[in-house]
Amino acid sequence: MNNHQFLQFLQSGKILVSDGAMGTELQKRGMPVGVCPEEFNISHPEIVQGIYKDYYDAGSDLVTTNTFGANRSRLAMHGFENRVREFCVKSVELALAVCPDKSGKFVAGSMGPTGDLIEPLGPRTAREVYDIFSEQAEALAEGGADALFIETMMAAEEAEIAVRAAKEKTNLPVAATMTFEFGKAGLRTMWGVDVKTAVSRLTDAGVDIIGSNCGRGFDEMIAIVRELRPLTVKPIIAQSNAGIPDWVDGISVYTETPEIIEPKAQEILDLGVNIIGGCCGTGPAHIRTMRRLVDKKQSL
Amino acid sequence: MFEKILQEMSQAVIDGNKEKCEELTRKLLGLGRSPKEILDRGLVPGMDVVGIRFRDNIIFVPEVLISARAMKASLAILEPLLTQGEVKEVGTCVIGTVKGDIHDIGKNIVGMMLKGAGFKVIDLGVDTKVEKFIDAIKREKPDIVGMSALLTTTMGYMKVVVDKIKEEGLAVKTMIGGAPVSQAFAEKIGADRYAKNAAEAVKRAKELVGVATIAVSDQSSVISHQ
Ligand code: B12
Ligand SMILES: [Zn+2]
Repeated sequence: MNNHQFLQFLQSGKILVSDGAMGTELQKRGMPVGVCPEEFNISHPEIVQGIYKDYYDAGSDLVTTNTFGANRSRLAMHGFENRVREFCVKSVELALAVCPDKSGKFVAGSMGPTGDLIEPLGPRTAREVYDIFSEQAEALAEGGADALFIETMMAAEEAEIAVRAAKEKTNLPVAATMTFEFGKAGLRTMWGVDVKTAVSRLTDAGVDIIGSNCGRGFDEMIAIVRELRPLTVKPIIAQSNAGIPDWVDGISVYTETPEIIEPKAQEILDLGVNIIGGCCGTGPAHIRTMRRLVDKKQSL
Repeated sequence: MFEKILQEMSQAVIDGNKEKCEELTRKLLGLGRSPKEILDRGLVPGMDVVGIRFRDNIIFVPEVLISARAMKASLAILEPLLTQGEVKEVGTCVIGTVKGDIHDIGKNIVGMMLKGAGFKVIDLGVDTKVEKFIDAIKREKPDIVGMSALLTTTMGYMKVVVDKIKEEGLAVKTMIGGAPVSQAFAEKIGADRYAKNAAEAVKRAKELVGVATIAVSDQSSVISHQ
């Protein structure tokens, strides 16, 4: 699918179902702790592609690529800083190969934070961060992504830089999602960014789709969407975590099952979200539930 | 007069005013105040307030980092004097984020606060394997090993380190933290202490080395006491 179709779909009022988690799904399928998840695109393509396929089969209209940490800075921790292009292109290709050949099915290139602190808080300059995101955005576009999804952002400045790089270096639609948590100061990111500030800064940076991902579960996501919806006319996206996991006998167990999230996902849809999906701890079963809800809503 | 400058110093830490911190540190030293007094009555009360405000969502990660930087600048001036033996360190702490985990913001804040409280801190960084912890313990002979984990998939590794320390019979206390970690988990894996946040980490660390803590009542009132 080409990128014009992606935004057209949303503008026509269609609600899209995205995918669930990649990271926790990789772990479920045997990825050990501490390895570079993005390297799996090369060494275990069948596992990565299996996840994409399971999401499409479960009803996802789009999957996000296994490239969350495929930026020069994050990859450097594994000595892979020179493999950004390779990992990104391959990851998109793996998704395109299993993307159903239908209109309305897409591949979104995932871009996560650099993990670095930007001046004056830390050593990275804004220019360096811009270059890091540019390299990744260009590689994802080269692989053939339909859109770029900038995810799990907590610092407004880093999110803005990522959006600018993605918009200036490609002609793809760009979504940006930030991670909010509810505390004594209301909904804020760890960097203190509230929903209103996120909307105005991301909008100024030129983003096409605004939203939130990860966080502490569906109840907080409902609160986020309730606050976000009236603040923008752009399409909005919500990809919640399946709660915060418990540690049970050496394995992490996410508490929000597909059954538990069903009424909550319904509420998120009723609040007027344009793309719904999941983050850490959600899998194909959660997506199946969301697919059913979206189909029901759109047949009304 | 000293009281007023010390208060100004606490405020400079809270505001994250690095230049002011440095200036006041030099000024107090010039007036003959001891590094220990500057630390205990200028920097630490400031950082205490920062910890409390962070806990209460009044400030967020950037403000904490800016305050930490201000304190660090001041510590850089005081450290050579402290190590000259004029003031004994409260204790030594080796700290690191465990294997498979690269979250380090919380660990860095804890390290900073411990430094502020007079500990010598050796930071092993992130993704720290058990061998690296053990090597550091043997080399540095710390009083405490601090471990941080932010992932439910990596917190289990803390037990690996605790077990290895016991197996090797090393005389060091363990202290753990990170969002998914709890008191119950600490007890389960046999760690000596758990702390929910950086302010508490300082208290627990002081307990472990047998130093009494002066209770920080709460709120910003600590700096306007005198
Ligand atoms: C920032 C962040 C990141 C950044 C880290 C940047 C960095 N340099 O640290 C980046 C983007 C790189 C990242 C990556 C990932 N993250 Co992350 N991340 C977070 C986030 C939003 C904030 C963590 C943080 O810095 N908090 C601020 C600090 C100040 O708080 P703190 O760490 O809790 O520390 C305090 C206390 O815990 C305590 N403390 C901490 N350490 C210690 C140590 C001792 C000795 C003591 C006594 C006390 C103590 O004192 C501190 C100060 O008060 C959390 C969500 C959250 N709210 O926790 C998710 C979160 C931890 N991440 C999560 C996940 C899943 C991931 C990834 C796997 C995502 C992915 N698919 O790639 C990767 C993992 C990478 C890896 N291998 O480690 C999940 C973990 C789920 C789980 N429980 O297992 C969380 C909870 C998000 C969620 N809601 O699901 N992440
Ligand atoms: Zn997540």
